[in-house]
Amino acid sequence: MNLDAKTPAGPLADKWANHKAKLRLVNPANRRKYHVIVVGSGLAGGAAAATLGELGYQVSCFCYQDSPRRAHSIAAQGGINAAKNYQNDGDSARRLFLDTIKGGDYRAREANVYRLAQLSTSIIDQCVAQGVPFAREYGGLLANRSFGGAQVSRTFYARGQTGQQLLLGAYSALSRQIGLGAVKMHPRHEMLDVVLVGGHAKGVITRDLVTGEVKAHSADAVVLCTGGYGNVFYLSTNAQGCNVTATWRAHRRGAGFANPCYTQIHPTCIPVHGEDQAKLTLMSESLRNDGRVWVPKDAADCGRAPADIPEDRRDYFLERKYPSYGNLAPRDIASRAAKEACDEGRGVGPAVDGKRLGVYLDFSASIARLGEGVIRERYGNLFDMYENITGENAYRQPMRIFPAVHYTMGGLWVDYNLQSTIPGLFVGGEANFSDHGANRLGASALMQGLADGYFVLPTTVADYLAGVGLSGRPSVDAPEFRAALKDVNDRVARLLAVNGTRTARSYHKELGRIVWDRCGMARDRAGLERAIADIRALREDFWRNVRVTGGADGLAPELERAGRVADFLEFGELMCRDALEREESCGGHFRTEHQDDGEARRDDGRYAHVAVWEWQGEGAVQRRHEEPLRYEEVQFSTRSYK
Amino acid sequence: MAADTPERTLRLKLRVWRQRAGRPGAFEEHELPAVPVSASFLEMMDMLNEQLVRQGREAFAFDHDCREGICGMCSMTINGMPHGPIPGVTTCQLHMRNFRDGETITVEPWRARAFPVLKDLVVDRSGFDRVIQAGGFITVRTGSAPEANNTPVPKAVSDEAMDAAECIGCGACVASCKNGSAMLFVGAKVTHLSILPQGQPERERRALAMVKAMDEAGFGNCTNYGECQAHCPKSITLDVIARLNREYVRARVKEFFSTTGKPRKGGD
Repeated sequence: MNLDAKTPAGPLADKWANHKAKLRLVNPANRRKYHVIVVGSGLAGGAAAATLGELGYQVSCFCYQDSPRRAHSIAAQGGINAAKNYQNDGDSARRLFLDTIKGGDYRAREANVYRLAQLSTSIIDQCVAQGVPFAREYGGLLANRSFGGAQVSRTFYARGQTGQQLLLGAYSALSRQIGLGAVKMHPRHEMLDVVLVGGHAKGVITRDLVTGEVKAHSADAVVLCTGGYGNVFYLSTNAQGCNVTATWRAHRRGAGFANPCYTQIHPTCIPVHGEDQAKLTLMSESLRNDGRVWVPKDAADCGRAPADIPEDRRDYFLERKYPSYGNLAPRDIASRAAKEACDEGRGVGPAVDGKRLGVYLDFSASIARLGEGVIRERYGNLFDMYENITGENAYRQPMRIFPAVHYTMGGLWVDYNLQSTIPGLFVGGEANFSDHGANRLGASALMQGLADGYFVLPTTVADYLAGVGLSGRPSVDAPEFRAALKDVNDRVARLLAVNGTRTARSYHKELGRIVWDRCGMARDRAGLERAIADIRALREDFWRNVRVTGGADGLAPELERAGRVADFLEFGELMCRDALEREESCGGHFRTEHQDDGEARRDDGRYAHVAVWEWQGEGAVQRRHEEPLRYEEVQFSTRSYK
Repeated sequence: MAADTPERTLRLKLRVWRQRAGRPGAFEEHELPAVPVSASFLEMMDMLNEQLVRQGREAFAFDHDCREGICGMCSMTINGMPHGPIPGVTTCQLHMRNFRDGETITVEPWRARAFPVLKDLVVDRSGFDRVIQAGGFITVRTGSAPEANNTPVPKAVSDEAMDAAECIGCGACVASCKNGSAMLFVGAKVTHLSILPQGQPERERRALAMVKAMDEAGFGNCTNYGECQAHCPKSITLDVIARLNREYVRARVKEFFSTTGKPRKGGD
């Protein structure tokens, strides 16, 4: 497996400019002769499809929802980082780069992260010009707030709906191209395979979710912006439809999968309330600007109403343990601290399965200082959402929160050009592994999605197209397409033929419990080995006993679910295997064997690399490769927020 | 916050719409014996579907995705009301504590000529996308944008734009309107873009193109029933329809004078 990152030479700050100057171009008159497929219409996919269409390429864009405007980027609440330094508080591209590298626990590629920090400022310009109504000061200029893992205020936001507004910006740009005929949009389509011809990605197989038609599409290049795999945990903050199928199918066709064990558990979500729950809801990290996290000092107080617990019997554990960052400690650290408090029996709220899994996020001090009106203006929609879900008013009593799976830093391996190990297959946004290392800082996902989509992919895809020339696009009648079509149809038939007794959802739930318990916030060797065995057994049982009703013609929600769960059952094993092989703790990956009194202990000597897994065929264990991480500018140091 | 008592559950009768595209539909009746009050409405629908699949029967198709009230995908008419009985809430954010034990709940798709049923509770809302494609954007080439703080926008204007931009495009406005009008949806986008300085160059063009596309997609006209405002999960108000009318008339008047005056020359 060729893992040449193609990192350009030269000083870090000049790499992207130098690289762009060397990339090949496609003449405007020739662009319309190339066809590019973009799968996914979120910030990365929507922005890439819109920009490629605007540049003159023929673009086909696919999404599983009924409209590209519904991609899950829309649910991002808090904000987007950019090194504008509008606050005059010492920010710069370099500072954002350093924060992101440190936030990722020194497991991201330097050059990619620096480029991201540089592009961040152009993103804000682009979005404002599109009419994104970012929060503003009374003077009419843009406002900022602070976010976890940074000591500057560099986060731009639109109330608690920043992702929505950025996505609607990208959607409007995409819609314009669709209206002009430059992009052909295929909503309610699911990608079920990538097709390789001569070793290059030259198309996809999709299922039309309305008619049930399985169809081949050929192209000169394929771009996957299909999001993360957080739903392997069943309960997560992801949308219900988010799945690993597109990236997993690409992996099975030869794309390396990087760092699958890096998952982000977000500290501020509404706690689990019961057995039939299908979704966890995030409460934006921005709430930690004004909310204080605490639990009772004494487990005996946990059943009391929070107002009855006096100040001196409360443990503001983030402020105590991490005084310089306090409640804005990064996500992995804040999550682990909450878990620790609950493991000690100091959790609050109703017990589920005999355990109280929740901590307080208390706004009373901020309400007393700023008034309820200010808090309402900053977070009103979040407080409303909290009340809808829990029936509790967070202006009157503290919110109860607990960590939940939120984002996945791992993904398909890509080089500096965002090209996977399959030539012609590009990967953007959460679907790739590139920029966040072992932990993502808040307000960085939107930045990465848009940087990839608006600025990186359109440039690097052009270079690839110029390289392969115009004769490269095969017909959909080529044997490779026919074989892939047959594979997909066979799999659908196989799912329907099992006709067992258990629902696909019940398997998904069971898989989720296995990975949450043993590959969640804390992992160890014995647990991971057991998880792998359990997942294998569950997968076998699935193929013997799953029941899919409703057939495959037309809208078939049970078939869609079964296909996705089948892929999660394969992926989950790889995630655990990656966690097992990484004998260190870093960022979101916490191996209990490798810690210093609760703090993660990295092993830079042995693990300062990207782990990349290569598919070895059905039933065989994937092969692990390494891309060493070489730091030219940054010195490894222990990540401390104390 | 009573901690350790078992959760209250509801016994429910459900009348759920079953339909295949192009064929007539009908209600099917089902019962769920124990729905926890903390479950969301869609989790209750999941329970129903699980029960059906276990019995070897077909699950109901319904649209849903983020389940946090922002993607706009969920679209059920519950007891005759789009998104159910609680104002300012989408179906996915509606929780079962708002229903009574023993209650019969009727679940239907959006009912509107411009939103044909694809299956069961799933409708085709692509008309909304076509309206946006016609003009719901500000033309800005990637990479050509000026420095963001070059154009100050008064906070009040930005806030008003944001109020309108919060629309999630779910279609409850259309489903609740006797005329099947999409003017709340279209008005929200026109308002968002027409009051920002960045939206000025395309202001007239946008209003005309979006109204034309709205008519072509088969949406009806507004006759001020106000049902849309009452059922909008994002509480978007009729003000945006007033603004849409104003923007449209303004654009038509400008168009009239520019086309009846001296003929404009083409590019050189």
